[in-house]
Amino acid sequence: MRLAGGLIDLGRTLRFTFDGKPYEGHPGDTLASALLANDVRLVGRSFKYHRPRGVFSAGSEEPNALVELRSGARREPNTRATVTELFDGLEAHSQNRWPSLSFDALAVNDLFADFLTAGFYYKTFMWPRALWEKLYEPAIRRAAGLGSLSMQPDPDAYDKGFLHCDLLVVGAGAAGLAAALTAARAGARVILADEDSRLGGRLLSESDRLDDAPAGEWITKAEAEFASLPNIRVMRRTTVFGAFDHGVYGAVERVSDHLAEPGAQVRQTLWRITAKRTILAAGATERHIPFRNNDRPGIILAGALRAYANRWAVSPARRVAIFTNNDDGHRTARDLLAKGVGVAAVVDSRADARATGDYRLIAGATVSGSKGRLGLTSIEVTHGGGTEWIACGALGVSGGWNPNVHLASHHRGRPIWDEALQTFLPGDDFPAGMVVAGAAAGQGGTAAAMASGAEAAVTALSALGIEAKRPTLPRAEDAAAGLQPLWHVPGKGRAWVDFQNDVTVKDVKLAYQENMRPVEHLKRWTTLGMATDQGKTANVTALAVMAELTGKSIPQTGTTIFRPPYTPVSLSVLGGGDSGAHFRPTRLTPSHEWAKAQGAVFVEVGQWMRAQYFPQAGETHWRQTVDREVLATRKGVGICDVTTLGKVDVQGADAAEFLDRLYCNAMKSLKVGMVRYGLMLREDGHAYDDGTCARLGEQHYVVTTTTAQAGPVYRHMEFARQCLWPELDVQLISTTDAWAQFSVAGPSARRLLERVVDGFDLSNEAFPFMACAGLTVCGGLRARLFRISFSGELAYEIAVPARYGNALMARLVERGADLGATPYGTEALGVMRIEKGHAAGNELNGQTTAQMLGMGRMVSAKKDAIGTVMTRREGLVAETRTLVGLQPVDPAEPVVAGSHLFAGDAAQNTETDQGWITSACYSPHLGSAIGLGLLANGAERLGEVIVAANPLQGQRVALRVVSPHFIDPEGERLRV
Amino acid sequence: MLIPHPLLGPRDAQEFTYLGDAALLNRPDGMAADAQAAFNDYVYLRDNPAGVHRELWFHEQGDRSWVVVTRNTVTHEILGAELARDVALAAKAGAA
Repeated sequence: MRLAGGLIDLGRTLRFTFDGKPYEGHPGDTLASALLANDVRLVGRSFKYHRPRGVFSAGSEEPNALVELRSGARREPNTRATVTELFDGLEAHSQNRWPSLSFDALAVNDLFADFLTAGFYYKTFMWPRALWEKLYEPAIRRAAGLGSLSMQPDPDAYDKGFLHCDLLVVGAGAAGLAAALTAARAGARVILADEDSRLGGRLLSESDRLDDAPAGEWITKAEAEFASLPNIRVMRRTTVFGAFDHGVYGAVERVSDHLAEPGAQVRQTLWRITAKRTILAAGATERHIPFRNNDRPGIILAGALRAYANRWAVSPARRVAIFTNNDDGHRTARDLLAKGVGVAAVVDSRADARATGDYRLIAGATVSGSKGRLGLTSIEVTHGGGTEWIACGALGVSGGWNPNVHLASHHRGRPIWDEALQTFLPGDDFPAGMVVAGAAAGQGGTAAAMASGAEAAVTALSALGIEAKRPTLPRAEDAAAGLQPLWHVPGKGRAWVDFQNDVTVKDVKLAYQENMRPVEHLKRWTTLGMATDQGKTANVTALAVMAELTGKSIPQTGTTIFRPPYTPVSLSVLGGGDSGAHFRPTRLTPSHEWAKAQGAVFVEVGQWMRAQYFPQAGETHWRQTVDREVLATRKGVGICDVTTLGKVDVQGADAAEFLDRLYCNAMKSLKVGMVRYGLMLREDGHAYDDGTCARLGEQHYVVTTTTAQAGPVYRHMEFARQCLWPELDVQLISTTDAWAQFSVAGPSARRLLERVVDGFDLSNEAFPFMACAGLTVCGGLRARLFRISFSGELAYEIAVPARYGNALMARLVERGADLGATPYGTEALGVMRIEKGHAAGNELNGQTTAQMLGMGRMVSAKKDAIGTVMTRREGLVAETRTLVGLQPVDPAEPVVAGSHLFAGDAAQNTETDQGWITSACYSPHLGSAIGLGLLANGAERLGEVIVAANPLQGQRVALRVVSPHFIDPEGERLRV
Repeated sequence: MLIPHPLLGPRDAQEFTYLGDAALLNRPDGMAADAQAAFNDYVYLRDNPAGVHRELWFHEQGDRSWVVVTRNTVTHEILGAELARDVALAAKAGAA
C-alpha cells in the first residue's frame, strides 16, 4: 500500500515485472518497496521447507526476499530485493518454487519437518554407504540451492582500482556524516563509503528532526559541503566488505547495478583502499523475537516497517501490529500512525510498558502464533494467562539492535557483551588504525551517534598529527531503548531463528541435546548463519537461546568469528575484468605481424603467441606443413623467431666468477667472442634450466634461458647476485624484449646471412662454430650474431633491436628466396631438436639430473656452483635412467610421449617400470615416429628392443633403443 | 598487505614474489668437508615459527630488489624490511 510523503519521486513511473506479472513503481523505490506498494507480500520460498516468505528487512541483512534478477546472460540469482534499486524494465523472478510461487510442490518438505531437523544430512544418509554418491547426494543437490545461474558468460565489464586516504569512514549515517565532516574540514584526505545509493543511513528512515527541520535538509547541506571540498571522496553504492592487513580495505562500488544495462560504464568496481585510519560507522541491525510460525509473509522487523513507511512511503498492510521488548517498537507504532496506517495493537513483553501514542497497548504479553498461509492474517497474543487472536496484515517485530561489529572483528577481535545494552559491542582488539562510532559502537541515538562520530574523527586524525575541530552538530534527540531481554517466545511449534537456512529454536535445542553446544558446533550442526546473509538477523538470537539452554551467560557461550565479505561479493568483480583474453598479458614476438600476414597458425607458449607453423596453399594437414618446413631447413635454410627465449645481460668485473658459480659447468674459461652451452642446477641437485652463455667482452656476457623459465631464472640470478654473493661486482638486466632474435639454420644459412651483414667475414675460419660477435647488418643496423644450433644444422642466431625484428624477418625470407629460405614455427623447431636429441622443457621438468640427461660429466667438482654438492647425493648418483633415443621397430607404429617403458616380456607394473617417453614426434628425415625417453641403464642398452606401454589407449609398441642423436651424431654439420 | 620497501616506501604485497625463510641467505661453503650435511640442512630444513619470522620477498613487479621482511606470522604485522643485499653483506662482514 502506497502512503504519502517519503523519498519517492511519484512524478515518474517505472515499470517492472515479478514472475512475469507487470507492476509499477517510482524512482527511489527498491524492488522490495515497490512490491509492497503493489501489495505483493509473498516473494519467495524458504530453503529447506519451502515455506512462503516475504520481505523481512529494509536493508542488506535480508534473509527472505531473494530473487533472480534480470534475464538472459545477466540473470543473477539470490539478489536481495531490499537493496535492489528499481529501474524501468526491471525483471525479477521468485526462486526455489515449482511450479509456481503460490503453489510449490516441494512445500511437502514442510510436512516432513520432523525428519529434516538439525544435522539430518549427517544422520539420514549414512547407510547404505554406496547410495550416497548415486542417490542421496544427487537428490539433495537437485533439491538444494535457491536461484539458478544463467550458464552464460557475464556480458558486463568490471574494473579494479586502488585508493589511498588518511581516513576511511565506513557508513554515511549520523555518525559517519559527522565524522566525515569533521575530518574533511580539517583538510584530511577522506573517503566516505556507504552501501546505499543516498547518504544518511538510518536518518533516511526516521522521522527525526535535526535543528527542528527534517533530517534530509541537514544531509543535503552536508552533501553540498562535501562536493565543495577537494579532499573528500564520497562513494555511494559502495560496500566496504572486508578489513585486511595493514589498513587495506576491500570495497565494491556498484557503478551501474541500478541501471537496466551498464552501457559504456563498468558494472562494478573492486576497490582496494589503503587507509591510515578508519572509522567504522556501520550502524546496527535489528533483531527479531522467534515465536511459533513467525516466518509468514507480512512479519517483518519493526525498524524496517518504519523505514518502509518513512522513506519509501509504503506499508505491507493497512492494519499492522507491533511486537516489542523495548521502546523502539513504540516509535514504529507512532510513525505508522502518523502516516495513516492502522495499528491494531502494540504487544510489549514488558509488564510496565506505557503507551506513547494513540494505540492499544498490550503490556506483559507475547505474540505466540500466527495465521495466514501465503500472508499474515492474524496473530495470537498471550497475556494474563489467556490468548487472543488479533487481525492484522503485518507484524513489526523488535527485539533490540545488534551493532554491526563485523569489520571490527575481521582480524579475529572478539566483540564484548554489554549487559546494560544487552548486545555485543566491538571489543578492544580492532584491526590497527580503526575506531568504531555511532550505533556500531552502541551509540544508537541520533545525537549520541553524531557526537561519537565527530569525536572518533578528532581522535583518529590527532594520531596522524592532523588537528581537527569538533563541528557544531545539529540539535537531535536520543531515544532511550529501555530493553528487557526476550530471546524467544516459549511454546510448541516451530519458531524460526535463521530464516534463510530454516533454522528453528527446536533445532538449537536439538543441537544442545546432541551436545553440539560450542558456538562453532551449533553453527555447523544446524547450518545457522551459513546462508548468504551470514545470519545477520539470527546469530545473536541463536546464541542467546543456547545460553538459556546451557544455563550459561551469553558471553560464556561465545560468538562466532566474523569473516569477510560483509555482504556477498560477485566473482566477476573479484576478477575485476581479468577474464578471457584479459586474464593475463599477451606477448607478441617481433615478427608477429609478418607471420600473421603469411597466414601462420599461432600457439600460446606461456604469455607468448608464437608461430606454430606456416601453412601453404594446398597443404591440408598440419604435419604436411611441418614436414616441409623441417626438410626445407635441413636441405636449404629455415628461419625461426626465437625471441621468446629469455636473455639476461650480465656485466661487471666479476661477471665471469658470477656465471661460474651459477652454471654447473665451467664458465670462467670461456673466451671473449665465444659461446658455451650452460646448464643451471637447483640447489637440490636437479637440473633447472639450460641455455647459452655468450661472452661479448671481457666483462660482458649475454646468457639465454628457456622461454618458460625466463622469469624464474632471472629471479634466481638476482637471488644469487643480491643474497648469496653481494660482494661480487656484477649487474644484471633482462633484455628479452629488447632484442629480436632469429635462428637461421640449414646448409645455406651462411650464404643467406652473407647477403645481410655489412662486410662481416662469416667464413668458418673467421667465425667458427660457437663464435659470437657484435656487428652491423642491412647497412648500419646494430646486431649480434651467435653461431649456435638447436637443430643440428649449420646455424646462427642473429639479434637486432626488437623494433627491427619484423623487417629483418621479411628481409631474410626475401633475400633467401633462391636458396629456398623457409620460415618455420615451433612445431618444426621441436621436431628438429628431438631429431638432434637436445633436451628441452619435457626433459628439464624438475625431476631430472644432469646425469640423467647425459650431461653428468659437465658438472664440475672443482668449484662450488649452485646445486653441485647435492648432485653427489646417494639417491641421485644411484639413479640409472638416462636419456635415449627410441624408434619403433615397425616404422608405421606410433610413439606416444608419456608412455612408460618396460623390458620386452616383463609384466607391466610400477615395480617393472623402467622409465618413460619424454618427447615424441614424426621425423620426416627418418620417415617414422621417434622419441626421446629416460630409460633405466639406457646408455648401455643401445640396440635393445623394449616395449612402450600406453594403457590409456591400449597401446603396446616395440621400440628400439638408439642414440638420442638421430641426426649427425658426430656434429659435423655444425662445424662446416 | 603492505611491505615497507627500504628504498621505495610502502608497496602492495602483490608487487612481490615470496620465497621463504631468510635463512636461505646463509648458503654453506660447498667446498667444505661437511658440505653434504650442511647443504641437506640448508635445502630442506626450515623453522616454521608462530610469531616473528624473517623471510625473503622479491620486488618482481618493481625494482627487482630482494628484501628481508620481518613479519609476525600470527598477526601479519610487519616489523621491518631490509635490502637482502645489506643483510648478506653484514653477515659476511661479521663472519670474516
